[in-house]
Amino acid sequence: MTEAPDLRWREGVITAIAPVTARVKSFRLRTKIADAYRPGQHVDVRLTAEDGYRAQRSYSIASAPDGSGTIELMIEGLEGGEVSSFFHEIAEVGDAIELRGPIGGSFSWGPADGGPLLLVGGGSGVVPLLAMLRHRAVAAPEIPALLLYSARTRSDAVALAEIEARAGAEPGLSLTFTATREGGRRIDAAMVAEALDRLGQPARVFVCGATPFVRTAATLLVEAGVAPGLIRTERFGG
Amino acid sequence: MATRGFVGRRSPEETQKRLPPGQHRVEDFPILQIGPNPVIDLATWRFTLRDGAKPLKSWDWDAFQALPRTTWQGDIHCVTKWSKFDTGWEGVSFDDLLADAGIAAPTDFLLAEGYDDYSTNVPVADLVGGRAMIATHYDGAPIEPDHGGPARLLVPHLYLWKSAKWVKGLRFTKKDEAGFWEMRGYHMYGDPWRDQRYTGD
Repeated sequence: MTEAPDLRWREGVITAIAPVTARVKSFRLRTKIADAYRPGQHVDVRLTAEDGYRAQRSYSIASAPDGSGTIELMIEGLEGGEVSSFFHEIAEVGDAIELRGPIGGSFSWGPADGGPLLLVGGGSGVVPLLAMLRHRAVAAPEIPALLLYSARTRSDAVALAEIEARAGAEPGLSLTFTATREGGRRIDAAMVAEALDRLGQPARVFVCGATPFVRTAATLLVEAGVAPGLIRTERFGG
Repeated sequence: MATRGFVGRRSPEETQKRLPPGQHRVEDFPILQIGPNPVIDLATWRFTLRDGAKPLKSWDWDAFQALPRTTWQGDIHCVTKWSKFDTGWEGVSFDDLLADAGIAAPTDFLLAEGYDDYSTNVPVADLVGGRAMIATHYDGAPIEPDHGGPARLLVPHLYLWKSAKWVKGLRFTKKDEAGFWEMRGYHMYGDPWRDQRYTGD
């Protein structure tokens, strides 16, 4: 439970844009939201046309609180996506974007929540989990964590180079990555059992991805004996 | 403020009229929930009305099936910005539950409680007069677990987080008490037409 944040719409300014994968771009925005959020939370974005027409969407924050005064969003370009195609095709550094947040205290983690921390991500659903990993590395590297990450291909996987580098360099962080269209298995009972073996009984579990992935992963975790009350799920995209 | 270069993709006027502020129309039925689906066995399923801690009336699955049936067709709106048009639901209206229990609502507020650890608050005034039901069927078939089956609350004029999935009972409260999301910054009432998403809206 956190104090009610100030959720008025406020302008943020795009300070950097970078490609993440062929379909996902990273946007850094300077905003007051950067001062007070927990990894895993999201922001609402509102775009307004000249005639007043508006569209809103929610995006997970990929960055950890880092004192930079900015947050990072990773936005997947969706076919015909009204807001995502604006970000992919029109948005430029210097543009002002209306934001409100942070939102969503249930799917969030901080050092006080403890560990071991089990993160299970499918595709671009890894974004809020990345925020948790980034935060853990700085704020609580002693907390054991494991990321079970499933993507279609290595090149589709969001921030895979960073995640693999972290798993190599950070003691206490393990990674199981599977590329399901490159010969890797889809998430299954054996994969979950092995993850729980390596990590130990988790104190917190976060699952994020597309609906079928989240359903499968959550069911496997419960069947493997993880208490349902420890598991928090979030559906990503759509 | 206008966003530089944003044109937007406007829906047809008929669609726009049915969309509350900030919402867009979807054709699929997205699934949002805080955790795994709870495992529910119809043989032990119960639905209970409580006044605080005190049980007022409880139904098992067979007794619940014997209650009068209500249908509702219309649009539903999720706080995550999607709206789905022309959904069809069937179940037992709140009015019929009270009638079968032989009681009037003892207080003006209640918490809907799920078989998961979820709860959400709704004023009684928003449930009476045919405005809400405990739904067991969606589009003619039993509600799938992903959508809250075997039974969920349906209060379609409020954001869908008020329509608790896997509902196991309604607990009348003296005051308007915050539920799971309301304690985490979501609006106490949640009227889509007034854009009441979060505390302070």
